[in-house]
Amino acid sequence: MSVSDFQPVIGLEVHGQLLTKSKIFCGCSTEFGAPPNAHTCAVCLGMPGVLPVLNAQVVEFAIRAGRALGCRINPVSIWARKNYFYPDLPKGYQISQYDLPLCEHGGLAIDTDAGPRTVRIRRIHLEEDAGKNVHDPGGGESLVDLNRSGVPLVEIVSEPDLRSSAEAVEYLKALRDILVYLEVNDGNLEEGSFRCDANVSVMRKNATEYGTRVELKNINSFRFVQKAIDYEIDRQVELIESGRKVALETRLYDAVKGETRSMRSKEEAHDYRYFPEPDLPPLRIPPGLVERIEKELPELPRAKLERFEKEYGLSAYDAKILVADRALADFFEQVAKAYGGPAKKLANWFTGELLRLLKEAGTALSALRFGPPQLAALLKMVDAGELSNNAAKDVFAELFHTGREPKDIAQEKGLIQVQDTGAVDAAVDAVLSANPGEVEKYRAGKKQVFGFLVGQVMRAMKGKGNPALVNAALKARLGE
Amino acid sequence: MDPTTLSMLELASALEARSLSSVEAVRASLDRVERLDGRVKAFLHVDRPGALAQAEASDRRRASGTPAGPLDGVPVGLKDLFLTEGLPTTAGSRILEGFIAPYDATVVKLLKAAGLPLLGKLNMDEFAMGSSTENSGYFPTRNPWNLDLSPGGSSGGSAAAVAARMAFGALGTDTGGSIRQPAALTGIVGLKPTYGRVSRFGVVAFASSLDQVGPMTRTVADCAALLQILAVPDPRDSTSNPEVAPDYRAELEGGVRGMKLGLPREYFELPGMDPEVRAAVEAATSALQKQGASLVPVSLPHTRYALATYYLIAPAEASSNLARYDGVRYGLRAFGAKNLLQMYGQTRDQGFGLEVKRRIMLGTYALSAGYYDAYYLKAQKVRTLIKRDFEEAFASVDAVLSPTSPTAAFRIGEKVSDPLAMYLNDVFTLPCNLAGLPGMSLPCGFTRAGLPIGLQILGRPWDEARVLRIGRAFEREHDFHRRAPTGVGG
Repeated sequence: MSVSDFQPVIGLEVHGQLLTKSKIFCGCSTEFGAPPNAHTCAVCLGMPGVLPVLNAQVVEFAIRAGRALGCRINPVSIWARKNYFYPDLPKGYQISQYDLPLCEHGGLAIDTDAGPRTVRIRRIHLEEDAGKNVHDPGGGESLVDLNRSGVPLVEIVSEPDLRSSAEAVEYLKALRDILVYLEVNDGNLEEGSFRCDANVSVMRKNATEYGTRVELKNINSFRFVQKAIDYEIDRQVELIESGRKVALETRLYDAVKGETRSMRSKEEAHDYRYFPEPDLPPLRIPPGLVERIEKELPELPRAKLERFEKEYGLSAYDAKILVADRALADFFEQVAKAYGGPAKKLANWFTGELLRLLKEAGTALSALRFGPPQLAALLKMVDAGELSNNAAKDVFAELFHTGREPKDIAQEKGLIQVQDTGAVDAAVDAVLSANPGEVEKYRAGKKQVFGFLVGQVMRAMKGKGNPALVNAALKARLGE
Repeated sequence: MDPTTLSMLELASALEARSLSSVEAVRASLDRVERLDGRVKAFLHVDRPGALAQAEASDRRRASGTPAGPLDGVPVGLKDLFLTEGLPTTAGSRILEGFIAPYDATVVKLLKAAGLPLLGKLNMDEFAMGSSTENSGYFPTRNPWNLDLSPGGSSGGSAAAVAARMAFGALGTDTGGSIRQPAALTGIVGLKPTYGRVSRFGVVAFASSLDQVGPMTRTVADCAALLQILAVPDPRDSTSNPEVAPDYRAELEGGVRGMKLGLPREYFELPGMDPEVRAAVEAATSALQKQGASLVPVSLPHTRYALATYYLIAPAEASSNLARYDGVRYGLRAFGAKNLLQMYGQTRDQGFGLEVKRRIMLGTYALSAGYYDAYYLKAQKVRTLIKRDFEEAFASVDAVLSPTSPTAAFRIGEKVSDPLAMYLNDVFTLPCNLAGLPGMSLPCGFTRAGLPIGLQILGRPWDEARVLRIGRAFEREHDFHRRAPTGVGG
């Protein structure tokens, strides 16, 4: 027996921070990185007597996510209290949803080795985030920062439909892309605004019942998701093969050691004593809201990818790069419209020069100094033969950093190719009369000399001669 | 003239006529507190400078002809459950000893905006859990009619302060009878509004689905006037009714002619009811009948489950509401703990009293995995049945009358060791909270021993105006509310 005799079964719970300006139950800012406890008030500090008031924007964002993931939006859902003690949880309970969540029964299409497949989504519910404990490295004190307390979250729970760590990563990436596209989440795993817990079990390939499930926590990168799940699969298979049993428990992933270790057993599991939150009436979705949000949904990554391949004739590779970022894809379409030339050529500029410069400069697309008309103008100049490809790259770099008009840059740098046939003819005449020996050799059949003559003409024209014109003029004069 | 003998509205008239100043009224109240409260023990904290400053400001408004409202300048007290910015707010608990509220409860803001000077914070059973004020983490409050007796609870400090004329009125809260029962036991008027009528924002929570803020006064008209200030929609409380309250004094004097008043059979069949209480309440209902109301027997068949239902739902919610008192951010923190769990345990052990611990345990148990369906969920279902009982009764009657409490005031210490006997005190008042209805207690007689007896009037949801009107009709023809308490000097 070996790992290949076993079928891993994986379900994921993703917590995504919703990009509202204020918290879910009070008016405090959700901004990341403020000094500790700067974004707090009586409500999110859990002072005596405070009551929650729901931020309506949170519900709209969650419905957006729910509909984009094909969920049914429950017209009435219920808030619940999840009770447990921890210093970062100021009220001693988290307001969440339990029995009746806002969204249910959706799905997300992913690409697997065996082709595209839909992973079912069991539910999406709303809840508030907790704060964070900060431990004095000296070991003396623990401090509590409640800036994050009350930040709105969606918890997206998949069915156990994933069969490998690679599929899990594929699902997570697709989910993140959608949430980022919807502008409801920033997809940042490192800052914890997109977090994932994985439920992993293994079963023998002919078995009909799932194995005992282990919950993995503390996985904060796509790479770790893969590693943690793979480690866990191996661990469980080893246990079973050595005749032992997998324990129902929660395990933490240790990224440094690359292993999982037990955090709490089933016996130590919290009894959260969920009950309906008496301070909040049931969440009722007003008629027409879901329809309105649906109408405003943007094109999602998968549909956009297919359209880019079809409409622009792009390779899957190029399309994927462009579609990975909604703003990049939008910018591409704007430039394509202004340019009107071959989209493949434009895509090369995007995947090559533009992305390289953005990366080098560490600039966000939203902070670009130029717009679609400038880039389109640059490409048109290349197409018209006014700029060589290499010169265009110089101009683009300048455009990227200054935002000035490409034509001005090219002129100032003296990069415009001479289109005047008279000037070309004059230069050709001058070169031919200055090099009678070479002309002789050419006419005697030494055709390599042609390249030397072209070079002389280009030098005479200080590099601004249009190579096509120079070639044609030379050939004509040499009597071909 | 001693201003403290006046009702709130009488004082308001005197202030309006400039025959008395708010500063004089506040001084008279504070002097009386100084003279009597060493024995009554109604106040946990007296804010003399604050009340006087507010009174001076009120007098200036009155002088310039710009009063903030009809009760501008009339001093009142606050149960110590209301957060009051800059003042101690303990909820009667040691766990909040020294806690200074960082903000004003909505009702406190409303009182301040209406110009009412706030005399201080009044004693209560810890976190409003109790019916005698003996569960205060500080000291028991005594009944002004007989200092050996309890004023009831949990708003016992508020009731005693109003009854002893130390405050012209007070705010209480009522989760299972905590306004009405002490009102009955001290001979004053106390009203629990419909759930959602008055904001709970800034009120230390006991049981969120049952808690409601209400006025405690010497007369029904005062009660209406004070309720008017409190009954304001609050966007900070998601359970607050967004509709604007009616004018509670518009039809106050309208009488009861033609009204149908229900007498719930189950309430009058209670074996533990004091015959003197029954006699007084029956006399009161007859008096209303003589004024033109008809008395209709009604049945509230699920009444006998109310106590059990209440003692599952209220502790369950309390166990969650009281989780925040963990020693981390404010209030008491036990020192010397070796780890987090010990810090939690020791803080809560030292900070909470016996009854609070009992209810946290009851509630935690009722919500635990495997017991939730049998206890909490079932209790919620019975709660629906109790609500339905009232809906059916209110299909044929305009209000329901009953005793407020099965007995008059009891001795301090008498029921402390028998929680079930203590819980039975609230048997007539609990169903009203479970159904979310408005309910009022007003004085309707005295026992031979000279102790006040309360009549309870329950109304349809949002029908406080009618409850007040019935109470006023009775009060107009009786003088029970005018008698001064015998346990304290004048």
